[in-house]
Amino acid sequence: MKSAVVQLPGLNRDRDMIAALTKISGKAPVTVWQTETELPDVDLIVIPGGFSYGDYLRCGAIAARMPVMQAIREKAEQGVKVLGVCNGFQILLEAGMLPGALMRNASLKFVCREVKLEVANAETAFTRAYAKGQVLRCPVAHHDGNYFADAETLKAMEEQGQVVFRYAEGTNPNGSMNDIAGVINAKGNVLGMMPHPENLIEAAHGGSDGRGLFASALDVIAA
Amino acid sequence: MIKARVTVTLKNGVLDPQGKAIEGALGALGFDGVGHVRQGKVFDIEIDSADKAKAEADLKAMCEKLLANTVIENYTIALN
Repeated sequence: MKSAVVQLPGLNRDRDMIAALTKISGKAPVTVWQTETELPDVDLIVIPGGFSYGDYLRCGAIAARMPVMQAIREKAEQGVKVLGVCNGFQILLEAGMLPGALMRNASLKFVCREVKLEVANAETAFTRAYAKGQVLRCPVAHHDGNYFADAETLKAMEEQGQVVFRYAEGTNPNGSMNDIAGVINAKGNVLGMMPHPENLIEAAHGGSDGRGLFASALDVIAA
Repeated sequence: MIKARVTVTLKNGVLDPQGKAIEGALGALGFDGVGHVRQGKVFDIEIDSADKAKAEADLKAMCEKLLANTVIENYTIALN
Protein backbone atom coordinates (compact mmCIF):
# COMPACT_ATOMS: atom_id res chain seq x y z
CA MET A 1 0.00 0.00 0.00
CA LYS A 2 1.16 3.51 -0.78
CA SER A 3 1.46 6.26 1.78
CA ALA A 4 2.18 9.98 1.97
CA VAL A 5 3.62 12.15 4.73
CA VAL A 6 2.63 15.80 5.01
CA GLN A 7 5.34 18.40 5.61
CA LEU A 8 4.75 21.85 7.08
CA PRO A 9 7.05 24.42 8.66
CA GLY A 10 7.69 23.37 12.26
CA LEU A 11 6.69 19.73 11.91
CA ASN A 12 9.77 17.78 13.00
CA ARG A 13 8.64 14.17 13.39
CA ASP A 14 8.29 13.66 9.65
CA ARG A 15 11.61 11.82 9.34
CA ASP A 16 10.69 9.34 12.08
CA MET A 17 7.36 8.78 10.36
CA ILE A 18 8.98 8.29 6.94
CA ALA A 19 11.40 5.76 8.48
CA ALA A 20 8.57 3.84 10.16
CA LEU A 21 6.40 3.73 7.02
CA THR A 22 9.36 2.70 4.86
CA LYS A 23 10.47 -0.06 7.20
CA ILE A 24 7.01 -1.51 7.69
CA SER A 25 5.61 -1.27 4.16
CA GLY A 26 8.91 -1.71 2.28
CA LYS A 27 8.13 1.44 0.28
CA ALA A 28 9.13 5.01 1.04
CA PRO A 29 6.15 7.34 1.42
CA VAL A 30 5.63 10.30 -0.90
CA THR A 31 6.16 13.65 0.83
CA VAL A 32 3.56 16.37 0.38
CA TRP A 33 4.21 20.08 1.03
CA GLN A 34 1.61 22.29 2.71
CA THR A 35 0.77 24.28 -0.43
CA GLU A 36 -0.08 21.26 -2.57
CA THR A 37 -3.69 20.99 -3.65
CA GLU A 38 -3.51 17.75 -5.62
CA LEU A 39 -2.46 14.72 -3.65
CA PRO A 40 -0.86 11.58 -5.06
CA ASP A 41 -2.95 8.43 -5.26
CA VAL A 42 -2.18 6.81 -1.90
CA ASP A 43 -4.00 4.61 0.62
CA LEU A 44 -2.74 6.36 3.76
CA ILE A 45 -1.92 10.01 4.45
CA VAL A 46 0.01 10.77 7.64
CA ILE A 47 0.32 14.13 9.37
CA PRO A 48 3.29 13.74 11.73
CA GLY A 49 4.12 15.50 14.97
CA GLY A 50 6.05 18.64 15.76
CA PHE A 51 5.28 22.29 16.34
CA SER A 52 3.72 23.55 13.12
CA TYR A 53 3.86 27.35 12.90
CA GLY A 54 5.44 27.43 16.35
CA ASP A 55 2.14 26.42 17.97
CA TYR A 56 1.10 30.08 17.47
CA LEU A 57 -2.55 30.99 18.16
CA ARG A 58 -3.47 27.37 19.09
CA CYS A 59 -1.57 24.16 18.40
CA GLY A 60 -2.29 23.14 14.81
CA ALA A 61 -4.60 26.10 14.13
CA ILE A 62 -2.63 27.70 11.33
CA ALA A 63 -1.52 24.43 9.73
CA ALA A 64 -5.16 23.34 9.62
CA ARG A 65 -5.95 26.28 7.30
CA MET A 66 -3.22 25.48 4.74
CA PRO A 67 -4.27 24.43 1.21
CA VAL A 68 -3.09 20.83 1.65
CA MET A 69 -5.69 20.31 4.37
CA GLN A 70 -8.59 20.90 1.96
CA ALA A 71 -7.05 18.29 -0.35
CA ILE A 72 -6.69 15.86 2.59
CA ARG A 73 -10.31 16.49 3.61
CA GLU A 74 -11.46 15.57 0.09
CA LYS A 75 -9.34 12.40 0.11
CA ALA A 76 -10.77 11.43 3.50
CA GLU A 77 -14.29 11.89 2.15
CA GLN A 78 -13.37 9.44 -0.62
CA GLY A 79 -12.33 6.91 2.05
CA VAL A 80 -8.54 7.33 2.06
CA LYS A 81 -7.08 6.62 5.51
CA VAL A 82 -5.67 9.62 7.38
CA LEU A 83 -3.50 9.36 10.50
CA GLY A 84 -2.51 12.36 12.63
CA VAL A 85 0.03 11.87 15.39
CA CYS A 86 0.62 14.45 18.13
CA ASN A 87 0.65 17.81 16.32
CA GLY A 88 -0.97 15.93 13.44
CA PHE A 89 -3.85 15.06 15.79
CA GLN A 90 -4.12 18.70 16.85
CA ILE A 91 -4.21 19.73 13.18
CA LEU A 92 -7.01 17.23 12.38
CA LEU A 93 -9.07 18.61 15.30
CA GLU A 94 -8.47 22.20 14.24
CA ALA A 95 -9.46 21.26 10.69
CA GLY A 96 -12.75 19.90 12.05
CA MET A 97 -11.99 16.41 10.73
CA LEU A 98 -12.27 14.89 14.22
CA PRO A 99 -14.51 15.88 17.14
CA GLY A 100 -13.25 17.68 20.25
CA ALA A 101 -10.18 19.75 21.09
CA LEU A 102 -6.82 19.39 22.80
CA MET A 103 -6.09 21.73 25.70
CA ARG A 104 -2.93 22.53 27.67
CA ASN A 105 -1.83 19.57 29.84
CA ALA A 106 -3.46 19.69 33.27
CA SER A 107 0.02 19.76 34.87
CA LEU A 108 0.94 22.73 32.61
CA LYS A 109 4.14 20.82 31.90
CA PHE A 110 5.52 19.39 28.69
CA VAL A 111 5.53 15.62 29.17
CA CYS A 112 8.05 13.37 27.45
CA ARG A 113 7.84 9.81 28.73
CA GLU A 114 6.48 6.36 28.04
CA VAL A 115 2.83 5.62 28.81
CA LYS A 116 0.60 2.55 28.71
CA LEU A 117 -2.04 2.57 26.00
CA GLU A 118 -5.13 0.42 26.05
CA VAL A 119 -6.60 -0.52 22.69
CA ALA A 120 -10.23 0.44 23.26
CA ASN A 121 -11.37 -0.46 19.76
CA ALA A 122 -9.52 -3.16 17.80
CA GLU A 123 -11.99 -3.18 14.93
CA THR A 124 -10.66 -0.14 13.10
CA ALA A 125 -8.50 -0.08 9.98
CA PHE A 126 -5.66 1.14 12.21
CA THR A 127 -5.90 -1.34 15.09
CA ARG A 128 -6.76 -4.70 13.48
CA ALA A 129 -3.36 -6.09 14.48
CA TYR A 130 -4.18 -5.64 18.15
CA ALA A 131 -6.73 -7.21 20.48
CA LYS A 132 -9.37 -5.18 22.31
CA GLY A 133 -8.10 -4.40 25.80
CA GLN A 134 -4.48 -5.08 24.84
CA VAL A 135 -2.10 -2.73 26.64
CA LEU A 136 0.77 -1.27 24.60
CA ARG A 137 3.83 0.70 25.56
CA CYS A 138 4.10 3.99 23.70
CA PRO A 139 6.06 7.24 24.08
CA VAL A 140 4.37 10.64 24.38
CA ALA A 141 5.94 14.09 24.00
CA HIS A 142 3.56 17.05 24.15
CA HIS A 143 2.40 20.16 25.97
CA ASP A 144 -1.21 20.23 24.74
CA GLY A 145 -2.68 16.74 24.83
CA ASN A 146 -5.53 17.21 27.27
CA TYR A 147 -8.51 15.94 25.26
CA PHE A 148 -11.81 17.77 25.67
CA ALA A 149 -15.23 17.29 24.12
CA ASP A 150 -18.63 18.42 25.38
CA ALA A 151 -20.64 15.84 27.30
CA GLU A 152 -23.00 15.05 24.44
CA THR A 153 -20.20 14.56 21.90
CA LEU A 154 -18.21 12.45 24.33
CA LYS A 155 -21.18 10.19 25.05
CA ALA A 156 -21.86 9.66 21.35
CA MET A 157 -18.20 8.92 20.66
CA GLU A 158 -18.02 6.36 23.45
CA GLU A 159 -21.19 4.66 22.22
CA GLN A 160 -19.94 4.50 18.64
CA GLY A 161 -16.51 3.12 19.52
CA GLN A 162 -14.75 6.28 18.37
CA VAL A 163 -12.37 6.20 21.33
CA VAL A 164 -9.60 3.99 19.95
CA PHE A 165 -6.80 4.41 22.51
CA ARG A 166 -6.90 5.22 26.23
CA TYR A 167 -4.08 5.87 28.66
CA ALA A 168 -4.02 2.80 30.90
CA GLU A 169 -2.87 1.85 34.37
CA GLY A 170 -2.86 5.39 35.74
CA THR A 171 -0.50 6.74 33.08
CA ASN A 172 -2.75 9.56 31.79
CA PRO A 173 -0.06 12.24 31.31
CA ASN A 174 -2.24 15.24 30.55
CA GLY A 175 -5.67 15.11 32.22
CA SER A 176 -7.55 13.95 29.11
CA MET A 177 -11.26 13.27 29.63
CA ASN A 178 -12.01 9.53 29.90
CA ASP A 179 -8.21 8.94 29.57
CA ILE A 180 -8.58 9.50 25.83
CA ALA A 181 -5.35 9.17 23.85
CA GLY A 182 -6.71 8.60 20.34
CA VAL A 183 -10.02 9.00 18.50
CA ILE A 184 -11.41 8.07 15.11
CA ASN A 185 -14.08 9.73 12.95
CA ALA A 186 -17.54 8.20 12.59
CA LYS A 187 -16.67 6.85 9.12
CA GLY A 188 -13.64 5.03 10.58
CA ASN A 189 -10.89 6.28 8.27
CA VAL A 190 -9.43 9.29 10.13
CA LEU A 191 -7.48 8.55 13.31
CA GLY A 192 -5.81 11.09 15.58
CA MET A 193 -3.63 10.20 18.56
CA MET A 194 -1.21 11.98 20.89
CA PRO A 195 1.29 9.12 21.48
CA HIS A 196 4.02 8.34 18.95
CA PRO A 197 3.70 4.75 17.66
CA GLU A 198 6.36 5.52 15.02
CA ASN A 199 8.92 5.69 17.82
CA LEU A 200 8.40 2.12 18.98
CA ILE A 201 8.64 -0.11 15.92
CA GLU A 202 11.90 -2.06 16.21
CA ALA A 203 14.39 -3.56 18.65
CA ALA A 204 16.58 -0.46 18.49
CA HIS A 205 13.67 1.51 19.96
CA GLY A 206 13.46 -0.93 22.86
CA GLY A 207 10.20 -2.44 21.62
CA SER A 208 7.87 -2.73 18.68
CA ASP A 209 4.40 -2.19 20.17
CA GLY A 210 3.69 0.62 17.68
CA ARG A 211 4.30 -1.57 14.67
CA GLY A 212 0.82 -3.08 14.66
CA LEU A 213 -0.78 0.28 13.96
CA PHE A 214 1.18 0.78 10.74
CA ALA A 215 0.87 -2.90 9.81
CA SER A 216 -2.93 -2.52 10.14
CA ALA A 217 -3.16 0.74 8.21
CA LEU A 218 -0.76 -0.40 5.49
CA ASP A 219 -2.36 -3.82 5.19
CA VAL A 220 0.83 -5.76 5.83
CA ILE A 221 -0.55 -8.03 8.52
CA ALA A 222 0.37 -11.67 8.11
CA ALA A 223 -2.96 -13.46 7.73
CA MET B 1 -9.30 53.10 9.54
CA ILE B 2 -11.40 50.91 11.79
CA LYS B 3 -9.83 49.56 14.95
CA ALA B 4 -11.37 46.44 16.41
CA ARG B 5 -10.74 44.41 19.49
CA VAL B 6 -11.61 40.71 19.43
CA THR B 7 -11.73 38.93 22.77
CA VAL B 8 -11.62 35.15 22.84
CA THR B 9 -12.51 33.32 26.04
CA LEU B 10 -13.00 29.70 26.99
CA LYS B 11 -16.56 28.45 27.14
CA ASN B 12 -18.05 27.60 30.50
CA GLY B 13 -17.31 24.03 31.48
CA VAL B 14 -14.01 23.89 29.59
CA LEU B 15 -11.14 23.15 31.93
CA ASP B 16 -8.57 25.99 32.00
CA PRO B 17 -5.37 24.71 33.64
CA GLN B 18 -3.58 28.03 33.04
CA GLY B 19 -6.38 30.02 34.67
CA LYS B 20 -6.27 27.62 37.62
CA ALA B 21 -2.51 28.12 38.02
CA ILE B 22 -2.92 31.91 37.90
CA GLU B 23 -5.75 31.68 40.45
CA GLY B 24 -3.43 29.75 42.78
CA ALA B 25 -0.59 32.22 42.23
CA LEU B 26 -2.82 35.20 43.04
CA GLY B 27 -3.84 33.50 46.28
CA ALA B 28 -0.18 32.80 47.07
CA LEU B 29 0.57 36.52 46.59
CA GLY B 30 -1.90 37.25 49.36
CA PHE B 31 -4.84 38.56 47.31
CA ASP B 32 -7.91 37.55 49.27
CA GLY B 33 -11.26 36.80 47.77
CA VAL B 34 -10.04 35.88 44.28
CA GLY B 35 -12.67 33.58 42.75
CA HIS B 36 -12.31 31.74 39.47
CA VAL B 37 -9.71 33.05 37.01
CA ARG B 38 -10.11 32.29 33.31
CA GLN B 39 -7.41 33.13 30.80
CA GLY B 40 -8.29 34.37 27.33
CA LYS B 41 -6.82 36.13 24.32
CA VAL B 42 -7.17 39.65 22.91
CA PHE B 43 -6.56 40.59 19.28
CA ASP B 44 -6.33 44.25 18.22
CA ILE B 45 -7.03 44.38 14.51
CA GLU B 46 -6.83 47.37 12.17
CA ILE B 47 -9.00 47.33 9.09
CA ASP B 48 -8.32 49.73 6.27
CA SER B 49 -11.92 50.65 5.50
CA ALA B 50 -14.67 52.99 6.64
CA ASP B 51 -17.45 50.48 6.20
CA LYS B 52 -18.29 49.36 9.72
CA ALA B 53 -20.94 46.85 8.71
CA LYS B 54 -18.57 45.07 6.33
CA ALA B 55 -15.76 45.18 8.90
CA GLU B 56 -18.01 43.60 11.48
CA ALA B 57 -19.07 40.84 9.10
CA ASP B 58 -15.43 40.22 8.15
CA LEU B 59 -14.35 40.10 11.79
CA LYS B 60 -17.06 37.58 12.57
CA ALA B 61 -15.82 35.41 9.69
CA MET B 62 -12.23 35.78 10.97
CA CYS B 63 -13.32 34.56 14.39
CA GLU B 64 -15.23 31.60 12.98
CA LYS B 65 -12.47 30.60 10.57
CA LEU B 66 -9.32 31.20 12.59
CA LEU B 67 -9.22 33.40 15.70
CA ALA B 68 -11.45 31.21 17.87
CA ASN B 69 -11.89 27.45 18.05
CA THR B 70 -15.62 27.41 18.58
CA VAL B 71 -15.49 23.88 20.01
CA ILE B 72 -13.99 25.37 23.17
CA GLU B 73 -14.05 29.16 22.81
CA ASN B 74 -16.46 32.11 22.59
CA TYR B 75 -15.59 35.45 21.05
CA THR B 76 -16.76 39.06 21.22
CA ILE B 77 -16.06 41.84 18.74
CA ALA B 78 -15.83 45.54 19.69
CA LEU B 79 -15.35 48.34 17.14
CA ASN B 80 -14.25 51.87 17.90
